[in-house]
Amino acid sequence: MKKLINDPKNVVNEAAAGFEAAHADIVRVSHDPIFIVRHDAPVQGKVGIVSGGGSGHEPLHSGFVGYGMLDAAVPGPVFTSPTPDPIVAATQAVNGGAGVLHIVKNYTGDVLNFETAADLASAEGIDVRAVVINDDVAVKDSLYTAGRRGVAGTVLVEKIAGAAAERGDDLDAVVAVAEKVNSRVRTMGVALTPCVVPHAGEPSFVLADDEIEIGIGIHGEPGRERIKLEPADAIVDRLLGPILEDLPFDNGDEVLLLVNGMGGTPQIELYIVFRRAAEVLKEHGITVTRSLVGNFTTSLEMAGASISVLKLDDELTTLWDAPVQTAALRWGR
Amino acid sequence: MSVESHTSPDQPQSAATLDTAWTLRWIRQGAEVLAANRPALNTLDRDIGDGDHGENMDRGFQAVLPKLDALADETLPGAVLKLVATTLISTVGGAAGPLYGTAFLKAAGAVAAADGIDAAALVAVLTAARDGIVLRGKAESGDKTMIDSWTPAVDAAAAAHAAGSGVGDILLAAADAAAQGAVDTEPLVARKGRASYLGERAIGHRDPGAQSTALLLRAAADVATVTE
Repeated sequence: MKKLINDPKNVVNEAAAGFEAAHADIVRVSHDPIFIVRHDAPVQGKVGIVSGGGSGHEPLHSGFVGYGMLDAAVPGPVFTSPTPDPIVAATQAVNGGAGVLHIVKNYTGDVLNFETAADLASAEGIDVRAVVINDDVAVKDSLYTAGRRGVAGTVLVEKIAGAAAERGDDLDAVVAVAEKVNSRVRTMGVALTPCVVPHAGEPSFVLADDEIEIGIGIHGEPGRERIKLEPADAIVDRLLGPILEDLPFDNGDEVLLLVNGMGGTPQIELYIVFRRAAEVLKEHGITVTRSLVGNFTTSLEMAGASISVLKLDDELTTLWDAPVQTAALRWGR
Repeated sequence: MSVESHTSPDQPQSAATLDTAWTLRWIRQGAEVLAANRPALNTLDRDIGDGDHGENMDRGFQAVLPKLDALADETLPGAVLKLVATTLISTVGGAAGPLYGTAFLKAAGAVAAADGIDAAALVAVLTAARDGIVLRGKAESGDKTMIDSWTPAVDAAAAAHAAGSGVGDILLAAADAAAQGAVDTEPLVARKGRASYLGERAIGHRDPGAQSTALLLRAAADVATVTE
C-alpha cells in the first residue's frame, strides 16, 4: 500500500511539526510530550477543553484547537489512545483556573487513559470533568458490549461546548451543554474500502470489490452488516433509518445535518449523500437548519461516509453559530 | 538438557524466594518474548480489535529496558515492579497501558518493601495484579479479555501453593493455566473492549490481551528455574 510518509514511526510527530508550521497563528505544539494548544493558552478564567485520542482521524482533534472550540488536543499513535502523561500535561497547559473538561470518545483505551489522567490532574488541584461521547447507533448499547462508540458527533460536541466555554460559562454549564449535545446527536457510517494503519502496512479489514460495511467504526471496526454495494440513495436510507428511530427524531424537529467523509471519498459524493439525507428528513417533517459537509472525523484513507443528525434548540443553534477560529472550522472572525 | 548438576540430573532447581535478580530477568525476558511475538499479537488484534497490541506492548517493554539498566544494585523487587508499572502507563497507550500498568502497580504494592517473594507472597502478588486489572477494566471472567488468562493463573498458583509447591512450580502452574486460559478465549463472544463490537464474529479468535498475559507469565516461570 502506497503512503505519503517517511518512517512509519514518525507519522504523528512529523504531522504535528507540519501542523505547527502551518498554523502558528492559531496553535502552539508541545513535542515532548506531544500535544497541541491554542496559541494563547491558558486563557485565564475560561474553562479549558481538552480532547484527544488515537491519530488517523484528522482533522479531529488538532484541527479543532483554537478560539471558540478546543484549548488542547492530545494525539496518540495512529488508532491508539494517548497515554496519561501528555493528557495531564495538556490539562495543565490549558488550566486557566476555571477547571478543565475532557471530551473523550467512548473506546476502552481512551476512557482508561483519560480516567487515569484525570485522577493525576485532580491530585494536582485541577478541577477536571469528563464527558464521554457515544453517538454511533450502529452498536447496540448494552451490558454486553463496551457501549456505543464516539464518532463524528464528537465534532459537534467540541464546537458547541467550545462556544459555551468561550462566552464564559462555568465548568458545570460547559459539562451540561456537552452532555446535552451528546444526548441529542446520532451517527451511523458506511465503509466502501478499508484503511491501512501505517505501521501495520496492510488493510485493517477486508472488503471485496463489491462489498460495503454498514455501521462501520472509525477504526475499521465492524458495524451491523456487510452487504453488496448499492446506489448512494439506498445506502443513505440504510444509515438514516436507524438514526431517526433511535433518538427518535420527530416531525417538526429542527436539526443540524453533518455528512462526514471517512478520508477517501470525494466531496462530490458527500454532496450526493447530503442531497438524499436532506430529502428523507424533509419527508419526515424534519427541517435542516444548519449543515456541515466535509472530512471532519476520518479513518485514514478509508472510503465511506457517516451521517450525523443533531436535534437543535435555540441554545445549541446560538452556540453553533458563535465565532470559531481553528484550522479546520472557521467562521465569524 | 546438557546441564551439569550436583543434585538430581535434569531437574532445574528453584530458589525459595524470588529476588530482585529474578524480577529483572523476568522483565527482560518478557521484553524479549513480546518483541518476538509482536507480529503474532498484532495479527490476533487485527482479527478482533485494531491490530496494534503487539506494537503497543513491544513499545512499552522496550521503554522499560534502559530504565532497568540504570537501577541501583540494592533496588528492591517492589521498586522494580513499580518502575515497570509507571513506564508501561506512560508508554503503552490503548487499553493495555492502564491495565498492565495497574497490574504491575498492584503487584508492587503487594511485594511492598520485602527483599524477596516467597511462595505465599507470590500468590498474593499475582492476586493483587489480577484484582487491579478487574478494578480498572471492569471485566469479568468469560468476557474474552486478559482476565481469562489471569484468573486461571491465579487459581492455579493458589492451588500449587496449597499443595506445598515452591515459587518455581507455582509460576509454572500459573503459566500453564494462563496459556490454557488464552486458548479458552477462542470460543467466547467478547463483552469488553473493541472486540465486543464484533458480537458472534469474535468467536474462533484468541484474545490478544489474554495471549500477552500468557507470554508474560511464561517468561516469569522460565527465569525462575535456575539450573545449577
